Amino acid sequence: MVTVSTTTRTAQDLTAQARDVLGVSRLTNHALTSWLHGLPGVDQVGCEGRAAALGTRSVKTTSKAWAIDTAIGMIDLTTLEGSDTVGKVRSLCAKALVPDPLDPTTPRPAAICVYGDMVATAKAALGDSGIHVAAVATAFPSGRASMAVKLADTRDAVEAGADEIDMVIDRGAFLSGDYLTVFNQIAEVKQACGTAHLKVIMETGELVTYDNVRRASYLSMLAGGDFIKTSTGKVQPAATLPVTLIMLEAVRDWRDLTGIQVGVKPAGGIKTTKDAIKYLVMVSEVAGDDWLSPEWFRFGASSLLNDLLLQRQKLTTGAYSGADYVTID
Amino acid sequence: MPKFEYAPAPESRAIVTIEKSYGLFIDGAFTRPKATFPTINPADETVLAEVSQAGPKDVDKAVAAARRAYEGVWGRMSGAERGKYLFRIARILQERAREFAVLETLDNGKPIKETRDVDVPVAAAHFFYHAGWADKLEYAGLSASGADVPRPHGVVGQVIPWNFPLLMLAWKIAPALATGNTVVLKPAETTPLSALLFAEVCQQADLPAGVVNIITGDGRTGQALVEHPDVDKIAFTGSTDVGKAIARSIAGTAKKATLELGGKAANIVFDDAPIDQAVEGIISGIFFNQGQVCCAGSRLLVQENVHDQVVAKLKRRLETLRVGDPMDKNSDLGAINSKAQLDRITALVEAGVAEGAERWSPECTLPAKGYWFPPTVLTGVSQTHRVATEEIFGPVLSVLTFRTPQEAVAKANNTAYGLSAGVWTEKGSRILWMADQLRAGVVWANTFNRFDPTSPFGGYKESGYGREGGRHGLEAYVTTAPSTLTGTAR
Repeated sequence: MVTVSTTTRTAQDLTAQARDVLGVSRLTNHALTSWLHGLPGVDQVGCEGRAAALGTRSVKTTSKAWAIDTAIGMIDLTTLEGSDTVGKVRSLCAKALVPDPLDPTTPRPAAICVYGDMVATAKAALGDSGIHVAAVATAFPSGRASMAVKLADTRDAVEAGADEIDMVIDRGAFLSGDYLTVFNQIAEVKQACGTAHLKVIMETGELVTYDNVRRASYLSMLAGGDFIKTSTGKVQPAATLPVTLIMLEAVRDWRDLTGIQVGVKPAGGIKTTKDAIKYLVMVSEVAGDDWLSPEWFRFGASSLLNDLLLQRQKLTTGAYSGADYVTID
Repeated sequence: MPKFEYAPAPESRAIVTIEKSYGLFIDGAFTRPKATFPTINPADETVLAEVSQAGPKDVDKAVAAARRAYEGVWGRMSGAERGKYLFRIARILQERAREFAVLETLDNGKPIKETRDVDVPVAAAHFFYHAGWADKLEYAGLSASGADVPRPHGVVGQVIPWNFPLLMLAWKIAPALATGNTVVLKPAETTPLSALLFAEVCQQADLPAGVVNIITGDGRTGQALVEHPDVDKIAFTGSTDVGKAIARSIAGTAKKATLELGGKAANIVFDDAPIDQAVEGIISGIFFNQGQVCCAGSRLLVQENVHDQVVAKLKRRLETLRVGDPMDKNSDLGAINSKAQLDRITALVEAGVAEGAERWSPECTLPAKGYWFPPTVLTGVSQTHRVATEEIFGPVLSVLTFRTPQEAVAKANNTAYGLSAGVWTEKGSRILWMADQLRAGVVWANTFNRFDPTSPFGGYKESGYGREGGRHGLEAYVTTAPSTLTGTAR
C-alpha cells in the first residue's frame, strides 16, 4: 500500500511560503522571473551525456529482480482515452489487483490513473486494496479552459474519491513569461485538492528547453505540487531520461533549500523493463535512496507493466514465455 | 547499505587469449621470447604474461626491417593502396573490439567501461580518419601551392605511454602509415599486451612485413630506438623529463620529433556556469582513467562566490562514484597502473596536506590486492603548493579559487605546462575571450576530455611540441623537401 502524507494547503499559505523562499514582500511576476531566471542554466550536451552514461549501468540478477518489483510498485497504470468505458476501467483495475495470475507474489502497481468521470468506477473496483485512484484534471491534456472550469474539474474528481490529482500547467502562460498565473493556478488547484495528492504535469515536450524544464519544476514545487510530472502522454516527446534528470536534480536541490521533499513522475513512452531500470538507476544515483519508493517516484505507463511481468517471469522460471502469457486489459 | 545495490557484472575474459610469453614483432613475424620480464594486472597483481626486453641488436633489426619495408614497398605504394590497409586495420579493430577492451583493462587497470566506450572505438576512429587522408595528402595544404607533394620521412621511431596503450598506438601509427612512413613502436613497459595484439592485427590485415614493428622493453629499449642513427623521426608521448632527454639526445641530428608531454590543466568554473554539468565535467576531467591523463583537469579553478556550492555538489556526486574491479561493467574508477605511480600519487598528496591543503575522499572500500587510490579532492590549495604545480597523474583534484576572468586566466596560465584547459560559463563571448587568452593546446568549453581524430592535440611550453590528429597532425609525418628516393609515395 502506498502511504502518502496528506496536507491541506490553501493558496494563501502557499503564496506566503513562496514569498518566504524568494525573500520578497509581495509575490509578483517580476519576483518570480528574477528567481527562476537566476537558477543555474542547463548545458544540453552535458545533460544528455550524463543521462546516456547512467543508461549504461549493467543491472543483473538480484538487482534486476529488485528493480522489476520496485518498478511495478511505482506504476500509475493508466488509461486516458476518449474511448474509455466502465468495462475498460474495471478491467484495468482487475489487472492492478492481480497483475500476474500465474504468480501471486507479484507486487501491485501504485495507482490507477483515469479521467475524472471514471474515478467512481475505479474506486469501486479497487475497494480497500490500497491501490490509489489518480485522476487527470484541469482540462487535461491542453489545460486550455477558464480557471473556474479547471477548479470544478478538480473538485469533481476529488468528490468522486480521487486520492491523487494530475493537473496540467498553463504552458501558454509559462511560455509567455506569465509565471504568476502558472503559480496561482497550481496553488488554487492544490487548495481544491484538499487532502488529495497533487501531481503537476509540466508537458515538457511543449516547454522544449531544459532551462524551461528546470524553471517549470521549481515553479511547480514553489506553488505546492507534491509531485512534478513530465507529460500528459498526448504530446511527443513525452518522458525522456534527460528531462527526468533535470527534474530529479530539481527535487534534490529543492529539499536542500526548503526541507520539503517532492516526488517525480515521468509519464509517456516508457514501455520496456530496460527503460524502467534506467530511470531507477537515475533516481538512485541523482536524487538518492529517499526517492526510491512509490511515495516519491512513479511511472505513468500502460504497456510497461506487461513487459515488467514478462521479465519477472523470465527471472523466476528461467525461460521467456511470450505475450500470450500476460493479460491484455 | 544502499537500496539499489548493483550485483556484480563482470565482463568475461574468455574472449581474449593471452600467451604465456611474447617475442618481439619484427619484419612481420614474432621472434622467440628472450630476456623476458612479467607484465601484471595492476588490479590484483597477478602476472598476465612474460614479454621480451629488446636489446640494441633487436632495435637494429627492427629499424632495418622498417627501412627495407619503406624502400621496398611502403614508400613506393600509392596512397590509395595504403588507405586500403588502414581501412582494413580499422575494421579489424572494430571486429575485435571486445578482445582489445578486455586485454587493455587487464593490462592497464582502467575500467572496462572506458576501454569499451572510449579507448577501442576512438583507436579505430583514428585509423578510419587517417585512411581517408592517405590518397589526399596533396590537398591537405601541407605544402605551398605548386610545390612538391608532401613526402614521408622514412622510418619513424615511436615511444608511447601506459595510460592509453592502444589509443596512443593508434594516434602514432595511423598518421605515420597514412603518410607513407614505416614504424618501429615501443609500448610502455607496464602495458605491452594490446600493442602485441595489434601486431596480430597487422598480420591479419596482410600488412607488408616490416611496415609496423613492435618492440617491447623498458626505458633502455626506448633510448636505443630514439638514438638509432637510421631513424628519421621520433614521436613520443610521456613524461616531460623523458621528453627533455629525447630532445637533448637528438639535438644536432637531422631527426625530426614531436613530443607530447605532461600537463596541469585548469578547469575553470565561472559563477554563471551550468553547475550540474560543470560538476560532471570536473569529474570526467580528473577521474577519467584514474586521472592518469596528460590533459586531465587536475586544477579546478572555481569562482570564489560559487566555491562552496560547487564543492558541496562535487562531493555529493563523488559519493556515487564506483571504485573497484576494472572488469566490472559498473566500475567508474579502476586501479592505478603501477606501484611506482601509486607511490608517486601518495607522496604528492601527502606533500599537499603537509603544505596546508585539506584532503577529502568519499567513503569507498578499496580492494586488498592491487594498486588503488581513492578519488581525492584537495581544497584550500594555493598556487604555491606542489599539488598545484606538479603533475600528479592520479585521481586527485586540487581546488583553487579566483575572483575575476583576468585572475582566472593569469592563474590558469601560471604553469610550466600548457596542454589543455576547460571553461565553464553560459556566456558565449567569455568562452571565446578565454580561449584566446589561455596558453593551452586544447581549450574545452562546457565539456572536458573530448577526443576526436579530426581535432589536433598538443601542447605549449613543457607540454611539448607538434600536434597529433587532424590535418595539423599530418604535418609532423611529412616533408615537403625533395625526396632522395625515387618513386616514393604520392
